[in-house]
Order: sequence, then C-alpha cells, then structure tokens
Amino acid sequence: MDIFLQQIINGLVQGSIYALVALGYTMVYGIMGLINFAHGEVVMIGTLVTISVAGFLIKAGMPVIFAGLAGLTVSVLVCMALGWGLERVAYRPLRNAPRLTPLITAIGMSIVLQNVAMIIWGRNYLTFPPLLPSVAFEFGGAHFTAVQVIIVLVSALTMGGLLFLVYRTKLGMAMRATSQNPAVASLMGVNINRVIAAAFIIGSALGALAGIMVGTYYEIAHYQMGFMLGLKAFTAAVLGGIGNLAGAMLGGILLGLIEALGAGYIGDLTGGFLGSHYQDIFAFLVLIVVLMFKPSGLFGEKTGDRA
Amino acid sequence: MQAKLSVVALSIASVFALGACGEKEAPKPVEAPVAAPVAPPPKPEVTVKLGHVAPMTGPQAHLGKDNENGAVLAIEELNAQAIEIGGAKIKFELLAEDDQADPKQGTIVAQKLVDAKVTGVIGHLNSGTTIPASKLYSDAGIPQISGSATNPKYTQQGFKTAFRVMANDVQQGKALGEFAAKQGVKTVAIIDDRTAYGQGLADEFKKGAEANGLKVVATEYTNDKATDFKAILTKIKSKKADLVFYGGMDAQGGPMAKQMADLGIKAKFLGGDGVCTPEFMKLGGPATEGHYCSLPGMPLEKLAKGPEFKDKFVKKFNGEIQLYAPYVYDAVMVMADSMKRANSVDPVKFLPEIGKTSYDGVTAKITFDEFGDLMSGAISIYQYKGGKLEYVTTVGAPVEVAKAEVAQAVAEVKDAAMAVAGAATEAGKGAVVAGAEAVKAGADAAKAAVEKK
Amino acid sequence: MSKWLNPRSAFGITLIVVALLALPFVAAMGGQAWVRILNFAILYVFLALGLNIVVGYAGLLDLGYIAFYAVGAYTYALLASPHFGLHWPFWVILPIGALVACFFGVILGSPTLKLRGDYLAIVTLGFGEIVRIFMNNLNAPINITNGAQGITLIDPVAIGDFKFSTTSQILGISMSGPQKYYYLLLALVILVIIINLRLQNSRVGRAWQAIREDEIAAKAVGINTRNLKLLAFAMGASFGGVAGGVFSAMQGFVSPESFSLIESIMILAMVVLGGMGHIPGVILGAVLLSILPEALRYGVGPIQMAVFGKMLVDPESLRMLIFGLALVLVMRFKPAGLWPSPERKRELSDAGAGNG
Repeated sequence: MDIFLQQIINGLVQGSIYALVALGYTMVYGIMGLINFAHGEVVMIGTLVTISVAGFLIKAGMPVIFAGLAGLTVSVLVCMALGWGLERVAYRPLRNAPRLTPLITAIGMSIVLQNVAMIIWGRNYLTFPPLLPSVAFEFGGAHFTAVQVIIVLVSALTMGGLLFLVYRTKLGMAMRATSQNPAVASLMGVNINRVIAAAFIIGSALGALAGIMVGTYYEIAHYQMGFMLGLKAFTAAVLGGIGNLAGAMLGGILLGLIEALGAGYIGDLTGGFLGSHYQDIFAFLVLIVVLMFKPSGLFGEKTGDRA
Repeated sequence: MQAKLSVVALSIASVFALGACGEKEAPKPVEAPVAAPVAPPPKPEVTVKLGHVAPMTGPQAHLGKDNENGAVLAIEELNAQAIEIGGAKIKFELLAEDDQADPKQGTIVAQKLVDAKVTGVIGHLNSGTTIPASKLYSDAGIPQISGSATNPKYTQQGFKTAFRVMANDVQQGKALGEFAAKQGVKTVAIIDDRTAYGQGLADEFKKGAEANGLKVVATEYTNDKATDFKAILTKIKSKKADLVFYGGMDAQGGPMAKQMADLGIKAKFLGGDGVCTPEFMKLGGPATEGHYCSLPGMPLEKLAKGPEFKDKFVKKFNGEIQLYAPYVYDAVMVMADSMKRANSVDPVKFLPEIGKTSYDGVTAKITFDEFGDLMSGAISIYQYKGGKLEYVTTVGAPVEVAKAEVAQAVAEVKDAAMAVAGAATEAGKGAVVAGAEAVKAGADAAKAAVEKK
Repeated sequence: MSKWLNPRSAFGITLIVVALLALPFVAAMGGQAWVRILNFAILYVFLALGLNIVVGYAGLLDLGYIAFYAVGAYTYALLASPHFGLHWPFWVILPIGALVACFFGVILGSPTLKLRGDYLAIVTLGFGEIVRIFMNNLNAPINITNGAQGITLIDPVAIGDFKFSTTSQILGISMSGPQKYYYLLLALVILVIIINLRLQNSRVGRAWQAIREDEIAAKAVGINTRNLKLLAFAMGASFGGVAGGVFSAMQGFVSPESFSLIESIMILAMVVLGGMGHIPGVILGAVLLSILPEALRYGVGPIQMAVFGKMLVDPESLRMLIFGLALVLVMRFKPAGLWPSPERKRELSDAGAGNG
C-alpha cells in the first residue's frame, strides 16, 4: 500500500510539471489555434537563466532565498521577452499563412534556441543550485519532499490564476473574443496583436516558472531538456482537450499518473512483457484510445474544421 | 598558409618537447625538424592522417570532446618524438569528425575519412555508430581502434580491421556480477537505459550476477533522455533489492542516485564505466556517497604512466579527464606503435602488426585476442567517497599462467574458426558469423574455466 | 501531355537526364562521401514524396511518418541478415516491406479517421514513437528486433553476383558502391515521381484534394472519405517501407536510433518548405534540407577561420543554428514554400484575413 501511495505521489508531482508546461501550450493554442512547438525550449531557457543568475549570486555571497528570487525574476523576464520575440519574428508574419507553415517556423525556432543555448551554456549537464531547503516528509511509508509539495501547489495556483485571468479580467475577455473570431473581435475594438502578444508573454512566463520548478526538483539542466518535456506536456494538453486550461491541468496530472502507475504495475500484470520499457507508450496509447472516442480530448470543445 | 604555419609551429613545439624530454634522444633529430622546411636534402616527410570520430553535438558532446582531446594529446606527443618509419619522417595529422551519435551520420563521416585516405581511424565513441562504420573501414582496409565502443558485436562481425582498447560489455558485466556477489549482496535490481550500451551491459551483468548466485528481483528500464526515475525506483523499493545496478550513462545515473535517496532506498548503487565520471558525482550530489562503479583496466594512479598522463592532460586542456580520453590516447599510440613495428605506414603492412600488439599503455598492457578485443579484461571497481572516485579493487584480471592457458585455448578455437571460414561460401556468410559467435562462446568458456582454476 | 513533345522541353529533359546520370561521377571528384550524401538526399526525396501523398494531397498532418520507414528497414533487415539466418533477394523483400508498411499505414489510419489537424498530428507522433519503442524493446521475451543493439551484417542489394556494395568495372568504367546505389535510388525515385504525377490528376487525386480543402463538402458530394483517407495513409506508408528497405541495404546496419521523432519532423519540414502538394517543390525541399547541413559542415569552419582567424563558435552548433534560421526565414518570406504549385500560390494571394 505504501508503494501505491508513493506511486501516486510520484505521478502527481510529475503530472503537475507536465501540467505547468501544458498550460503554456494551451494558453497560446486557445487563442491562436497554433502549436507553439518552441515552448519546451522556453522552459529550458528559463531553467538555464535561473542557474546562471542564482548560481552567480550565491557564489557572490547572497543568501540563497534572495538569489533564488532574483533568478526567478530575471528568468521570467527573459522568457517573457523571448515569448514576445518569438511571436513577433516567427508567428505574427505568418498569421494568414497555411496552417503548417507556423509549425515549421516553430520547429526552426526550437532548433535555433537549442543551439544558442548550447553555445551559451555549453554541452554539459549543469547542476541547478538548491534554492529550496531539502525537507523530507514521510507519510504512510511514502517519502516526499517540500519541493514536491510546492510543485503541486504552484501548478494548481497557476491554473487558478489563469482561469481568473481569462474569465474575470478585461484582457481575458479580449482573449476569449479573439479566440472565437479574430476579425469580429478586432471590429469590436480589441487590439488583436496586443492580445496575442500577451498570450505569448504569459505563456512564456509560465514556461520560465515551469523551468524553475523542473530545475529545483531534478537539480539538473541541459540544453536539450526542453524537447521531451515539451512533447509530453503537449500530449497532456491534447489529452485534456487543447485550448482548455482546466483540461491541460487534468491532462497533465492524468499523464503523470498513467506513467507512474504504468511503470509500477503493468510489468507485473503482464508477466514482464510490458514492463517499464514501455513507459512512454502507455501515455500515447491512452491518448489514442481517448481520442478515438472523444476526438477533441477529454474536456475539449468540438472544434470546427480549421483551414 | 595555415598549414605551413602549423608545420613551423609543430617543429618548434617538437624542439621544446624534445629538449624537455632530456638527453635520451640523440641531438640529430633536434636539428632535423627545424631544418626540414629549408635544408636542401631533407628527409622525406610523410604525413599520416588519422581519423577521429565522436559526437561533438548532442547529449554526449562532452564525452566526444574528451575523446578528441585524448587523441590530440597523443598526436602532439607523437609528432614531438619525430618518429621515422621506413626512412621517412612521420608527421601525424588528426582529422576530427562529428557523427552526432547518429548511425547514419556515422557512415557518412566514415566515408569521408575513407575518401580522405586516412591511414587509420580512432573511434567512434558509440557502439551504435562504430558498428555500421566498421564495415566501411573494413571494406577499405583501414584499421580502426575504438577507445570506447564496448558492444561485443563490434568485434564479432569478422572484420580484420576492428580493434578496441577497452574491455567489452561481456567482460565488464561479468566482472561486475562477481563483485556484487563478493559484497555480500543477496538480491539485485537491474535498470538499463535501452541503448545499445546500457542494454548490453545490463544483460551481461544479469548473467554474471546469476552465475554468482544472486537473485535478480526486478528488471526495470528507462531511456537516455529521462530525468524522472521515481516510478521504477519505487517499484524496486517494493522488491527490497540490496543493490541497484544501472546500465547507462552519468547524466541519468546521477539523478537516479539522488532520487533513490529521496525515496529512502538504502540499497547500494552500482554502475559501469558510463557512470564512473566526475559528472556523475556533480549531478548526483551527496547522494552518490558510498556507491560503486567500474572502469575497464586499472586506475590511472595505479599504473606506471597514469599520473603522468593525467598531469599532461589537465595542463593542456585545463580541465579534468571526463571518461575515455586515456583509452583514446592509447588507441592512437597502439596505431603508431604498430606502424613502427611494421616499419610502414601502409595499412596493408601494419594492420597485421596491430593484432600482435603488446603495448604498455596508459590504461593497460594492451594485447588483443583474435577478435581484436582487449586480452586482459581487468575491471577495476571504484567507490564514490567525499566527491572523489576511490579505487576499491580489481576484478577479473587473469594471472600470467592463466593468460597463457587462455591463449592456448584461444589458439585452438581460432584454428576451428579458420576452418569454418575456409569452408564458407558467399551464401554462407551468415554461417561464418554464427560460427564465429559459437567460437567466441567457446573461448569465453575456456577463459572462464581457466579463471576458475 | 502534349507539352512533352515540344522540342525545347524535350531538349531540357535530355539535359536533366544527362546531368542526373553524370552527377555521381561529378560528386565523386569531391570524394565518395559526396555520393553518399547525394544518395541520402535521394532517399529523402523518396520519403518526402511519400509523405507528400499524405500531407500534401490528402491534407492529413502526419508526424509519425518515420514509423513506416522503420518498418520497411526492419523488414529488410530481418529477411536479409544473419539475425534469423534468412537471405532473401531484395526484389522479394522490397515489395514485402512495402506491404508490411502499408498494413501499418492502415492500422494507424483507421483509429485516426475522425481526428483533425493537431489532434491527428499528436496521434501520428505517438504512433511513430510507439513503433520505435517497440523496435527498441522487442528483444525479449523473443528476440525479434535485437533491441537497441540493432541488426548488423545486412545483405547489400545484389542481382546475382553483381553486388551494389563493392566497386566494380562496368563497361570499362570503375563504379563504386555508393555510385551504384545512386542509380538504383534514382530509378526508384523516378518511379515514385511518375506515380505521384499520375495520382495528382487522377480521380483519387482530385478526391484527396477535395478532402483536403473541405472534408464535409467532399463527403456531401459522395466521396468515400474514409476509404480515401486510408488509401492515402496506405500509399504513403508503402513508399516509406520501400525507402526503409533501401536504407537498410545501403547501411548494412539498422538500429532504432535512426528512426527518432526528429526524422519525421525533418521529412515534414522538407515537404512544407519545398511546397506542399507540388512535386518539384517537394523534391527541392528534400534536396535542400538534406544537403544544406552537409554543405554547412564543410563551409562553416573554414569561413570562420578566414574571417575571424579563429574558431569563435564551434562549427557543429553553428551549422544547426543556420539550419534552424533558414527554416524560419524561408517560411517567413515564402509561407507557401519555396516552389509552391501555381494554384496554391494563387489561393494564398487571394485569401485575406478570412482563414485565420
């Protein structure tokens, strides 16, 4: 039983990380119907910037908590700028292009960002400075740490904040209007460019936050860390119904739980045939099954035919 | 212009190096390199191009660079020695290529080296690229020595040109199994990263562990890009293993050790050469304390030339040795040594000499078996202590007598292999390979028998 | 077809044919490595044309195309290597590979028929990963694929005693292995181009186009969208399967590493960058994207040395950086691809802000 509880905790934490990244995807998708493939790279940049800033300040003798906050601030700002830049350079000029075109620029940007990061931070794995004290708890035989609790809390709060933003603020209303029909929204006085830029900036800030969480949790970073994470988070977003904030959150947590429980139990259930080597497949299989019955994801609205 | 400058620079460098070496060398060659560009009757200078291949981009780029540094160091030293072979002064030149750890790139790059008519190839780093490339080198008759490709298949394809100066996964896995048993461990859990390297090592460890009476209670898997291992570790915890073996690289091993600590797993962690790095301790932090890993050969500190090599390396590249640099260095040296003994830089002439190598390298006394594998498969075990790798013991080093007996046994099997090869036709190529594998198994059995004695 | 009889275009075609025939010998002057790069370029043309049927003609976004390539490669590897001790001739295996890949195409196609756009993309992506992961792990309990270790010593393509892997004399001309493969690939790719051309203007091709433009309308006019979508997947997959088989034979070694997601993305990038649905465009895209990184490999280092006198940024990272930038810039200034079909170009210039 303690093992089951432990696996639930593992899945929940991993899922919260997916969710946090998935929120960034869904934020942009919800408004523009565009997969920002480079979002995983934004997360990576967020982690690496934090390492540089916080690492430098800690070395300079600043208390860890302030260095951490400074790192957080700088990396959020850098990622916001990056998100804005991405939108301006790679997506805005293509708003009326065929649907696949921005996908290719996104892939191009993803390659560019990875290589820039490699030039700046080098090819080696970096260690993330321990920003939070490592407090460990034990409950019913399951171990968990303060960092894990914080990750779950942060992603829940973030989702709450985003829901508030989208449904209770003026910017949110403009966002919803843009997502429904950009042409009409602009006729109603919504500055579409600004709304879309805002979505990218907010999404990227979330990316930075996710990057810092990933960094504090695993305490390592690498210029290629964003790719797989982005892919998983994207899967989570689709699972929940892409464009739907609560769906992204639930999709992320579901994905985390599937992976943890799949790796933990399916091996024994199938006599070792489907062991943890198929961990990455469970998620995709569930996704395919879900989409077969609910073609727009668990919580997605039925989408029309996008040109 | 560039080339000329570097020649001059090299000659100057060699003068200094020779001066530093002391009086061992006659003063004559000291004159020669300086005079070479101008003096009317210079000794003919032959440039010997050696290819080096390793990933310079991607997750293993740090190891690739490390390999290349090892080769660069060796080449510089060789050039400083102003070797003469076949009456000509030899200048070694390194053609470094990046295969991105991608098999397809591996063959493109290999073809490039074949076109450039390299005399020999050092590399590649990964088994995944080494194996497909080895066919091209074999077809072109270019000798290849890898310092890090440990997949047994590389040398079992029947290519005469393929050698390695590192114990293969079979040798290492077996030794690790033996070591685990000696630690009083009863149950082990095995994790591998599903790469050719990790899978090969883990499979061999499993065999080794079971042969030594250990019980494998869990076999789990991850991948070489993963960062989260909690799910599989939790499962391992429930199986109450005394030891967790990981077949994979440092980038996953470090975080894995840390997550074991987080989950309150008390079992010891044991890994192969892929986790026997400073990087592992950097990434794993204090959680790595007391865990074990292995490296083929003997520790540098225990070897006559080890500390010297380490000093040179650190001084030149201003950084620690990551992993395979000493092996790559030895690979270059073995290649040069064979040329010297054959008194020729023609692969046709010096290739047979590589097989007869008996070279006192930095990493080991290098002699090859009939497949091109390292004969003395000594494996050393290290323990992470206080942020350092501490030497514990050496497993599987055959004593001199045993070695001779193995050689005898091997020679017999080799004759059998020859017979098989002779009888084979084009269509029966597969049979030869199968035969060769059987022979290899026979040789292993013979070796094991001798070791047991 | 009357255009073909025009003497001027006939001359042009002759010129192209001669150039294509002479190419491997010209490339060989720069080294056999260039012939090998050329071969991979043609292989990518092959793959891109296969994917073009799915993405370009039928408008189904497929991010897992490499799976079919993998299936073809493994089919060849298993039937012509010491792994199972089978050594079938290539003309038997290639069609089998195509069939097996086709079967997989239908398997992938059927559950995804209802999905659209991005949902389809992620499912196909998942499918590609599933195939790769299975290949990586099917060495136990029964050793089928030999796992991550891959399969070695795969037979080269051979017709009787004539082997494609070694250098031999043909009509007094010395021809290397890669050069022989070049002609084999060229023949195959011409076949695919002809099939693509015939499809484009066939009933099926027009039906695909209708589905691409408006699926509901297509259904309304009586097009069996289900069967046609499956047909697109199956045909695209078969081409992938054949390409995989040739890859296997050319390399002599396959392992799951060669079939990663990034390859799928790369092939898609070729199709889109060149100009979706337009054969010359797709060919251009494939040739450019496969040769550009190689050309940069040779170019970036020396140029830096000449300009700055030293290596500022190591050539490998710069190479990929330029590659990424090129993708962004081309799409930025030519959103329909470098060489789009005339109709597509017209549609784009007509379409205002309406289809965002």
